[in-house]
Amino acid sequence: METIKLTIDNRPVEVPVGTTVYKAAKTLGIDIPVLCYMDLHDLGIENKPAGCRICIVEIEGRRNLAPSCSTACANGMVVKTHTTRVINARRTVMELILSDHPKDCLTCPKSGRCELQDMAVKLGIRNIPGQEYAEMSTYKKDFSPSIIRDVDKCIMCRRCETMCNDFQTVGALSAVNRGFMSVVAPAFEQDLEKSPCTYCGQCVAVCPTGALTEVDHTPKVIRALADPTKTVIVQTAPAVRAALGEEFGLEPGTSVTGKMVAALRQLGFDYIFDTDFAADLTIMEEGTELLTRLGKHLSGDKSVKLPILTSCCPGWVGFFEHNYSDMLDVPSTAKSPQQMFGAIAKTYFAEKMGKKREELVVVSVMPCLAKKFECQRDEFKVDGNPDVDYSISTRELAHLIKEFNVRFNELPDEDFDRPLGESTGASIIFGATGGVIEAATRTAYELHTGKKLERLDFTELRGMEGIRSATIDFNGLPINIGIAHGLGNARKLLDEVRLGKTNYHAIEIMACPGGCIGGGGQPLHHGDTSILKARTKAIYAEDTGKTIRKSHENPYIIKLYEEFLGKPMSEKAHHLLHTHYFDKSKKDIFI
Amino acid sequence: MSHIKVELKKEQVAKLKEICKSFNNEAGELINVLHKSQETFGYLPAEVQEIIAKELNISVAKVYGVVTFYSFFTMLPKGQHPISICTGTACYVRGAEKVLDEFKRILEVKVGETTPDGKFSLSCLRCVGACGLAPVVSVGEKIYGRVSPDGVKDILKEYE
Amino acid sequence: MHLLVCGGTGCRASASDSIIEKLKSEITAKGLQDEVQVIMTGCFGFCEKGPIVKILPDNTFYTQVKPDDAAEIVAEHVIKGRKVNRLLYVDPENKEHVSDSKHMGFYRKQIRIALRNCGFINPENIDEAIARDAYQALGKVLAEYKPAETIDIIKKSGLRGRGGGGFPTGLKWEIASKNKADQKYVVCNADEGDPGAFMDRSVLEGDPHTVLEAMAICGYCIGATQGLIYIRAEYPLAIKRLKIAIEQAHEYGLLGKNIMGSGFDFDITLRYGAGAFVCGEETALIHSMEGLRGEPTNKPPFPAESGFLNKPTNVNNVETFASIPVIILKGSEWFASIGTEKSKGTKVFALAGKINNVGLIEVPMGTTLREVIFEIGGGIKNGKKFKAVQTGGPSGGCLTEKHLDTPIDFDNLIAAGSMMGSGGMIVMDEDDCMVSVAKFFLDFTVEESCGKCAPCRIGNKRLFELLERITKGEGTMEDLERLQNLCKVIKDTALCGLGQTSPNPILSTMDNFYNEYLAHVNDKKCPAGQCKSLMKYVIDPEACVGCTACARNCPVNAISGERKKPHLIDTAICIKCGACIEKCKFNAISIK
Repeated sequence: METIKLTIDNRPVEVPVGTTVYKAAKTLGIDIPVLCYMDLHDLGIENKPAGCRICIVEIEGRRNLAPSCSTACANGMVVKTHTTRVINARRTVMELILSDHPKDCLTCPKSGRCELQDMAVKLGIRNIPGQEYAEMSTYKKDFSPSIIRDVDKCIMCRRCETMCNDFQTVGALSAVNRGFMSVVAPAFEQDLEKSPCTYCGQCVAVCPTGALTEVDHTPKVIRALADPTKTVIVQTAPAVRAALGEEFGLEPGTSVTGKMVAALRQLGFDYIFDTDFAADLTIMEEGTELLTRLGKHLSGDKSVKLPILTSCCPGWVGFFEHNYSDMLDVPSTAKSPQQMFGAIAKTYFAEKMGKKREELVVVSVMPCLAKKFECQRDEFKVDGNPDVDYSISTRELAHLIKEFNVRFNELPDEDFDRPLGESTGASIIFGATGGVIEAATRTAYELHTGKKLERLDFTELRGMEGIRSATIDFNGLPINIGIAHGLGNARKLLDEVRLGKTNYHAIEIMACPGGCIGGGGQPLHHGDTSILKARTKAIYAEDTGKTIRKSHENPYIIKLYEEFLGKPMSEKAHHLLHTHYFDKSKKDIFI
Repeated sequence: MSHIKVELKKEQVAKLKEICKSFNNEAGELINVLHKSQETFGYLPAEVQEIIAKELNISVAKVYGVVTFYSFFTMLPKGQHPISICTGTACYVRGAEKVLDEFKRILEVKVGETTPDGKFSLSCLRCVGACGLAPVVSVGEKIYGRVSPDGVKDILKEYE
Repeated sequence: MHLLVCGGTGCRASASDSIIEKLKSEITAKGLQDEVQVIMTGCFGFCEKGPIVKILPDNTFYTQVKPDDAAEIVAEHVIKGRKVNRLLYVDPENKEHVSDSKHMGFYRKQIRIALRNCGFINPENIDEAIARDAYQALGKVLAEYKPAETIDIIKKSGLRGRGGGGFPTGLKWEIASKNKADQKYVVCNADEGDPGAFMDRSVLEGDPHTVLEAMAICGYCIGATQGLIYIRAEYPLAIKRLKIAIEQAHEYGLLGKNIMGSGFDFDITLRYGAGAFVCGEETALIHSMEGLRGEPTNKPPFPAESGFLNKPTNVNNVETFASIPVIILKGSEWFASIGTEKSKGTKVFALAGKINNVGLIEVPMGTTLREVIFEIGGGIKNGKKFKAVQTGGPSGGCLTEKHLDTPIDFDNLIAAGSMMGSGGMIVMDEDDCMVSVAKFFLDFTVEESCGKCAPCRIGNKRLFELLERITKGEGTMEDLERLQNLCKVIKDTALCGLGQTSPNPILSTMDNFYNEYLAHVNDKKCPAGQCKSLMKYVIDPEACVGCTACARNCPVNAISGERKKPHLIDTAICIKCGACIEKCKFNAISIK
């Protein structure tokens, strides 16, 4: 490989052609501060507007300071990263950015994990000259069911715009206006609710400031926990246990399932259940739906649509309701695990406990912000009472644990309650891209062939590649499977399906990079994609560690069908566990 | 930007689609499409932007991002007689600011606004290239040169 | 006989259209339509004295012509051969009538290269352009030179980009020619956005073919078959004439497939700007042409490597292109013989402001500011004192008395703290407050900043706020220090040329007029008497006779007083418009 030699802060370094000064400095252990820049290398996303001008360095022979994030190294280049000129310029620019940023840090939801705040600390900013008479750019606050936009705090790093457009192709956000009033916003600066936003939360996941944050459901949870007339049930999604530890300083990829259960018990939840149980249930319903559709298709019924698309991801559901309204009959009608859990908890479990549904409060802990929107959709309510009352993110749970004075890292491992806390390895891998379809394959294979699977690890379905495909041999019947994570990848796949160019039988789609482990509600990765990989590893390790690894073998699932539902896709199952979709393509966005 | 709800007639929608089509529905032609649409409709209300976005297969947010970037595009209908005061440097040093102040005072509107009766809208533009006539004011297509604050009343009288 | 009537924007605003109509109808009425032609041309340059009518072959140059003068011009000059004296230019020195423009101070020192055809041809008629050598250079290049040889001629001529930066044009072409690609583009930057500059507009309106020809030559040199002109939508006349010119060039086989049978294809389309000054920056311009927000991107990569649709793209401005065909025809030595050591050829300036002869001029590089302002420009209006000349538009600076003998070229202007820019030249007199001038430009940059990078988006706003404080008398010495540091940092850190130069108007006025800043800050006084907050209108009760003229003319009723008794101004209501001073016949009102 062709290389380039240069010196940075008087130290020689040799880097491949095309390397930026910022990355070259990193190899020397020199961390040039960056604010707008973000490299999600594994996702093929690099946000590099060179707009914040914090990463500027002095390059000998150049008239102006250069942004190291987007300046390529050249032979013989002499770079200085901390001359007086650079330090003064960097501080002055930082003061400028702060002069147009609200100073409510103490009460800001991002306080403590704000990249702007960290930068102010790093650069030793002590005052903002002229703040008394500096005009600030202010905008309307926007409260959606999942995401709060407080763009007074926007610093125009454009990361959210990159995620929403380049990675997710949702197109809800764009830079608007010009100059001092420029900001990232939906069309006509309307609320997100009136935009094609799917609430995937990837904008929140990358926002360096408090401009984009999640709607906080914890006060409502605290109130429910304190209400003696309520039985409060919690369910935790598979990806949460693989990331929660990060909020308590544990290494990324540390599974904290047992500690999490113990903590939830200390918080005072009456029943600690697992969304994984509902994931197993999803496999029963979705797997059966796949086999039914497949069977009809093979027998020549042209009215049956294939491929079947997974429907557990609410960001993805929102995406196809907005963009593929002509294909609403293609996705599985199975509800997401969160909603299946809620429906079962407020019927089957309520009956078992002899309680009315109004006496139960179902709280979900999710790696996801779209789940907040999902749980308040009208079709998931009975007489106005939602199946799932509140959905909190992994980050909110961590906060709740801290606020309840729990020393998390020292907690013993505890077990989920039964019956809705028992799960299999198949349900745990729901948290990673390819996991749902792998779990479905394990069950569908055995149900279809009547044979026992020799090999449970379908590694061909795993990985971080945006779009993947594999053919699984169902005892002579080749089943073509497609997988996409990230809505931009989903769009590519779906466009092909729409044109009839593919021969997939089943497709799994997750809105977020890496699947739920990279969800918008997870601890912030600050652009470090190695964290996503570590979480994925933890998920698969949990699966391997389980004795039961196939959903249809979950004894409590078997019992649920025996006692309550009958069989998969029964009338009762249909009523409780399946849903329908809406055409949102013509939603009136200007009111 | 404030919004006025507009119902587009079928013919108007068809006209917009025709404009987009005349540029091969290419996203790269967005600015030309917006020019043509504004020429046709006088301004670019949200509804017009929506249709353009759909036809060119780009997000409405992106279209709005472009519309709000360029000062030539407006989402508000202009007055019957759009008044523009040149605030180029040549006009500035020859007193354009005082002329502008006088228009603002008499019409009781700010720059970028339209009088409540819809008759006049007030805007600034940078250099029309008639610096010999500075300060310059244009009302619609008509250009007035060497305008003094005293002359503002007389200009407005022509349109009463 | 030809009657040339100026069809430039300035003259058209003064009814040159109806002058043409009237001339034509008078001529037809006299039955002379076969012998006398009335032609609308591009800008003559002498806008101050417009509308201009020039009569050929005797070169009579009528100024400030009105439609009603048409009858007299035809009856006297055309029919009887007698000049209409009252329409001739009067030399301000000796008060004599001057008939031929050659003998006017305004034209004497000019050499017209880029503007060579403006005012001589009907820009809507390709035959007239061809009669003055249009497309000959293209023909010569296609027939005689290889692309590299042509580039060499441009390199040797020493031509530097007229858009502002002054980058050597030949070198730019060479870089673009060496980058390999299946498609390349030639872009003409006609997004003239400097407030107070109208050079490009005049070239496009007066001689559009020269630009088309030069773009085709450039396309041949760099290996591009597609050209784009990015032009301000605010220039309807230039757009119209370009469209006509492109169409006519097509008809004549001078654009399109297989030009002049050479096998070389080249076509040109128009893209419209939409009112964003930043789009004069080439990367922003390219994004705008792609249908995006006109935000600049970090360079490198330069457009020559990756420009329009990520293909190699050569961007030059109108005036640069307009110089190319003459260089080809007359040779690089000829061009290089004009100008200074490092800046060759001529430069067009839009001379405006407090100057007697407002207009468009083209002078050899190396001409001094004094020559431009006092000889060509005819000195300061109303006998006031010269204070400063602003060059380079919002990116430039203010030069003073001490710079008057500086020969104008790219490097000298930068050394003096300003820059060439695209060629706006605004003259200011003793009544202009330099802090306010700086504020005017910052107001412009704040409005025109694209908002992408923090120093420009927020920094310029802060600079403007500081200047506002100073002009309101609220400024402190600390503010002046902050102003200086902010200017330095913004120049050093902003992403594109707009931000990197936006502090120049402040820095140059601080350099040259620091005392004026100090007066605002320390004495709370505006020496030029322009900053409203720092002045107060008062009526001297001794001098006031109570005529009520002031009170009657006050637009806000701030003046009260009984008839024949001294009046009083309520300073709380007074808007300091100055109407009262103008009306007072007794010099009783003064500004304190």
